[in-house]
Amino acid sequence: MFAKVFATIAVVITGSLLLYGITDFPAFGDPDSPANAGVEGGAPSAPLYYINESYNDTKVPNLVTSVLADYRSYDTMFETVVIFAAGMAIFAILGAVGTDKDARPVHPQMNTSVNGDHSRIIVGTTVRIVVPVVQLFALYVVAHGHHSPGGGFQGGVILGSSFILIALAGNLSTALERFSERSYMLLASIGILIYGGFGVLCMALDRNFLDYGVLQKVFLTDGPEMARSHAMLGVEVGVACTVTAIMFAIYANLASRGTLKDGL
Amino acid sequence: MDFIRETIQPHFNFWIYVILMMIGLWAVIAKNNLIKKLIGLSIFQTAIILLYVSLGVKDGATIPILDHHAEEVEMAEHAEEAEHGVELVPGHEIGPANGGRHALADTIANPLPHVLMLTAIVVGVATLGVALSISQMVFKEFGTLEENEILEQLKAGNTDD
Repeated sequence: MFAKVFATIAVVITGSLLLYGITDFPAFGDPDSPANAGVEGGAPSAPLYYINESYNDTKVPNLVTSVLADYRSYDTMFETVVIFAAGMAIFAILGAVGTDKDARPVHPQMNTSVNGDHSRIIVGTTVRIVVPVVQLFALYVVAHGHHSPGGGFQGGVILGSSFILIALAGNLSTALERFSERSYMLLASIGILIYGGFGVLCMALDRNFLDYGVLQKVFLTDGPEMARSHAMLGVEVGVACTVTAIMFAIYANLASRGTLKDGL
Repeated sequence: MDFIRETIQPHFNFWIYVILMMIGLWAVIAKNNLIKKLIGLSIFQTAIILLYVSLGVKDGATIPILDHHAEEVEMAEHAEEAEHGVELVPGHEIGPANGGRHALADTIANPLPHVLMLTAIVVGVATLGVALSISQMVFKEFGTLEENEILEQLKAGNTDD
C-alpha cells in the first residue's frame, strides 16, 4: 500500500515536470522543428543531407535502408551484436545448450491427420498453408528492402515468427525438426560473420571498416554507388540471419524453460 | 477550452507520450509481480518509441522512400528552379529566407527517427526475452514471482543452497 502511494506521488511529480517541459517543444508535424529542418543557420543538417544526397551516394531509394546500413552501419552492426548477445544470454541463463539432443520425445499432438487430435486439424491445416506464404514474404521484405519498406530486421522478425507459428500450432518439437538448436545457433553466428566480413573486406582493400565504396572491385560495378547498394543488401541478409535465429531461439527456450523438449 | 486548444492540441503527441511513460513507470515502481513490472517496462519503452516516431512527422511530407524512376529528371529540375528561388510546393517558399532549403526536403520525412526506432524495437524484444528468462530462473529458485514473498524467503535465509 505504501509503495502504491509513494509510486503515485513520484509519477505525478515526474509527469508534471515533463508536461511543463514539453510546452517549449515544437508542435506536432511542424516542418520547421529541429528534427525536421535541422538547426537554424548552421551547416546543412544530417537529415537534409540524407534526403538530398543519399540517393546520389548510394543509389538506394529507401532512405531508411541507406541510413541504417551505410551511414550508420556501425550502429546497426552493434545493434545486431546486442541481439546476438541477448540470445547467448538466454542460452546461458536457461542453461540447456547441447543437452539431450537425441532424447527429444515426439509429442502426440503434432499429428494433425484425421486420426490424430481433432481440435488441431483446422489450426494445423491453416498453418501449413500460411507458413510458406509468410516465409516467402519475409524473404521478399529482406531482398526488396532497398526499394520498398523493409530490410533485415523486419524480414528477420517475420521469418522467425513463421517458425514460432509452427511451434504454436503443432508443438515445439515440430518446429525444432525444421529449425534445430544447432542450425539457429549456427545461423545467428553466420549473420554476425557476414556483417563483420563486409567490414573486414573493406579494410583488406585499404579502406576504413564498413566503407563499402571500395567494394566495386569485388562486385565489378560501374562506380562506388552501386557497390554500396550491393553491400547494403549483403549486410541486410546478415542482419536477417541473426534476427531470425535469435527470435526463434528466444521463443523456443522460453516456452520450454530451456529444455527444448516440450512446452507450449 | 482555451487550455486544450492552445496547450494540449499542438503537443498532443507529447501528452500521450508522457501519460504512457508514467503508466509504465508507475507499474515498475508499484506492482508487486515481476512479470507486471516487465509489462510496465515495455509500456515505458513503447512511449519512448512513440516520442521519436512522432518527432519525425512532418506536415505535407511522405515516407522517406524516393520515387527513383522520376528522380533523375526531378533532381535536374529542382536544381535549376532552386537557383532562381521559385516557389515549388504551394505554401513553402524556397529561398534564402529558410536557409535555401531544397524542395525535396519538404516532401520527404526525416529518415533518422525511423532508423533509430527500427533497431530499438527489435533490440527491445531481445532484451525482453532475457528479462523473461531471468524471471523463469527466479521462479524456479523461489517458486513465486511476487516480490514480497521473494524478499521474505531471502530474509529467512531460505535460498535452497
